[in-house]
Amino acid sequence: MPETCVGEKVFMQGNIAVGEAAIAAGARFFAGYPITPSSEIAQHAAYHLPRVGGIYIQMEDEIGSIAAIIGASMAGAKAYTASSGPGISLMNENIGLACMVEAPCVLINVQRAGPSTGLATKPAQGDFFQVRWGTHGDHSIIALSPATVQECFDLTIQAFNFAEQFRTPVFLLMDEIIGKMYETITIPNIQDIKIENRKLAICPPEEFMPYAYSEDLVPLFAPFGDIRINKANGSGHGLDGFPDNDPENYDRLVRRLNDKIEKNKSKICLYKAFNCRKDTEILIVAYGCSVRPGLAVVEQAERYGLKIGLLQLQTLWPFPEQLIMEYSKNVKKIIVPELSLGQLRSEIAGYIRDIPIKGVNKVGGISINPQDIIKVIKTRYE
Amino acid sequence: MMKYTGKKFIREENLPFFWCAGCGNGIILACLVRAMEENNFSRQDTVIVTGIGCWGKADDYLNTHAFHGTHGRALAIATGIKLAKPSLKVIALVGDGDGATIGGNHLIHAARRNIDITVIMSNNLNYGMTGGQYSGTTPYRAITSTSRYGHVEDEFNISELVRTAGAAYVAKETIANPLQLQRFISRALKKRCGFKFVEAVSICPTHYGKENQLGKAAEMIEGLKKQIVKIDSVKDWGVEKLAGRIIVGEYANREVDGYIKRYREVQKEAMHKK
Repeated sequence: MPETCVGEKVFMQGNIAVGEAAIAAGARFFAGYPITPSSEIAQHAAYHLPRVGGIYIQMEDEIGSIAAIIGASMAGAKAYTASSGPGISLMNENIGLACMVEAPCVLINVQRAGPSTGLATKPAQGDFFQVRWGTHGDHSIIALSPATVQECFDLTIQAFNFAEQFRTPVFLLMDEIIGKMYETITIPNIQDIKIENRKLAICPPEEFMPYAYSEDLVPLFAPFGDIRINKANGSGHGLDGFPDNDPENYDRLVRRLNDKIEKNKSKICLYKAFNCRKDTEILIVAYGCSVRPGLAVVEQAERYGLKIGLLQLQTLWPFPEQLIMEYSKNVKKIIVPELSLGQLRSEIAGYIRDIPIKGVNKVGGISINPQDIIKVIKTRYE
Repeated sequence: MMKYTGKKFIREENLPFFWCAGCGNGIILACLVRAMEENNFSRQDTVIVTGIGCWGKADDYLNTHAFHGTHGRALAIATGIKLAKPSLKVIALVGDGDGATIGGNHLIHAARRNIDITVIMSNNLNYGMTGGQYSGTTPYRAITSTSRYGHVEDEFNISELVRTAGAAYVAKETIANPLQLQRFISRALKKRCGFKFVEAVSICPTHYGKENQLGKAAEMIEGLKKQIVKIDSVKDWGVEKLAGRIIVGEYANREVDGYIKRYREVQKEAMHKK
């Protein structure tokens, strides 16, 4: 166990909090490739994992890294990797493989300014859609996003739990600001941390079908080496894992892979609401590094004579449209601050048609500050 | 050697093979399962990892644990499986497109770090599944569906590359000599530590053979026999004399620690460090 899991307050970097939480969640396998601004997570793993009986391996590229964690996951390990936008771009191929073979794993994306190499050391939130739609084909995915170092710890635990529960890759979508930031956080006692593990098959070996499922749509797992012979298959397959190109079978498979996540939205969608009341006129919707400037505006709202609330999305995918609709029912305007040209805003606009949605957008590699938000709010009142 | 049929690893209900008539993959698969039986492999402790391509379908005819992954990535997937559970015997089946071309980076690094897995590469000199395009092992001037006027590039001697990268065991044989191929695979499976690589030079009568007017399967196999030279006999051969030859034999057979043993040693030290 990591030495810091003692129920104490510690001053810690966001990336390190992620690493500590991964080990506390039971992760014992990391494969990765160095990239700024996520490298502390790999370095943490390289230091700690061998000491707790785990594996750290630096692969030849990000394609190999995610392939290795998927392999490890199917052998029964809790596995994770950490990267940034350019590395995630390379991983996209096998993110689909993880969805398809239903390999639980956690993918940490500490976002930096893109496209391409962009600004390696500068923050951005431009991968909101990449984590959702980066890999080809219809699929669903879970993405959680922390806004504080405490949340880096807590949501990493949650990410592993969701991955195990739903047998799916889960993103932790961070950014350079949250990853590099130091804050005082409370590390829970290890026995107070709720840990989920994938459900194992217990049937007689001859009855085992690797992709058989029941009401919860999540197949029971048998790791490689088990007496129940497993077949992981990234190609179209039947319940036995062997190829099946029948249109009805494939339609059913793709829908199940989507439904097992989308139908559990209410369980997966985590959020925090600040100052959201019945008479709130302006709703700020934000995630990650854009939450803090939004909160500063909420705190100063009265000074400006405004009724402002903030809805922090901790779960970005599956997209919490019900939550946003509910919180915006009585508001006159929605403000979406983000370090992109409006990715989150455009997703919200797909569901909210009758309220103006204003973006506060920066893509220069610097953070949003409260004044940027206030400037946009004021345009309504002038 | 013939007393081993390897039948206990074959999923008979999935037969016949989906491969074309005359394809060499059936011969390689037979050599593999016989060698597995010879080395007392069990269904439960074996994981077959495949990529995508004709040879990548081989796992559909086997009844061990299996991972049918993505094109080119079999070795990286196999690396994760082996490290997460070192007691497993991990065998990756890759083609020349899968293993020597798109997956070339994974191949050289897996060989360099001597990850303790066995790789059987079926090298039929082209991409069969997608319609006979040129791969990293297609010879100069060969006709393929994407080298209509003769191939411009030189090919890899992939076994030589893997040997240079540091693999514990490297052998190359053609499907024209299945007994020897089985022997090499068996030696690879027997060797416990390090990266083991057997290249099986095969034929693709449907595409490569037809395009290059090499005749039907039987004639292509006769053709392979004419190209074969043994590795010990070519030491002082020049490039010109080697052109068009297939150099068979054991390229490397050396004792190495292997990745798992080394990792455990370092890990032991790490656990005792304050």
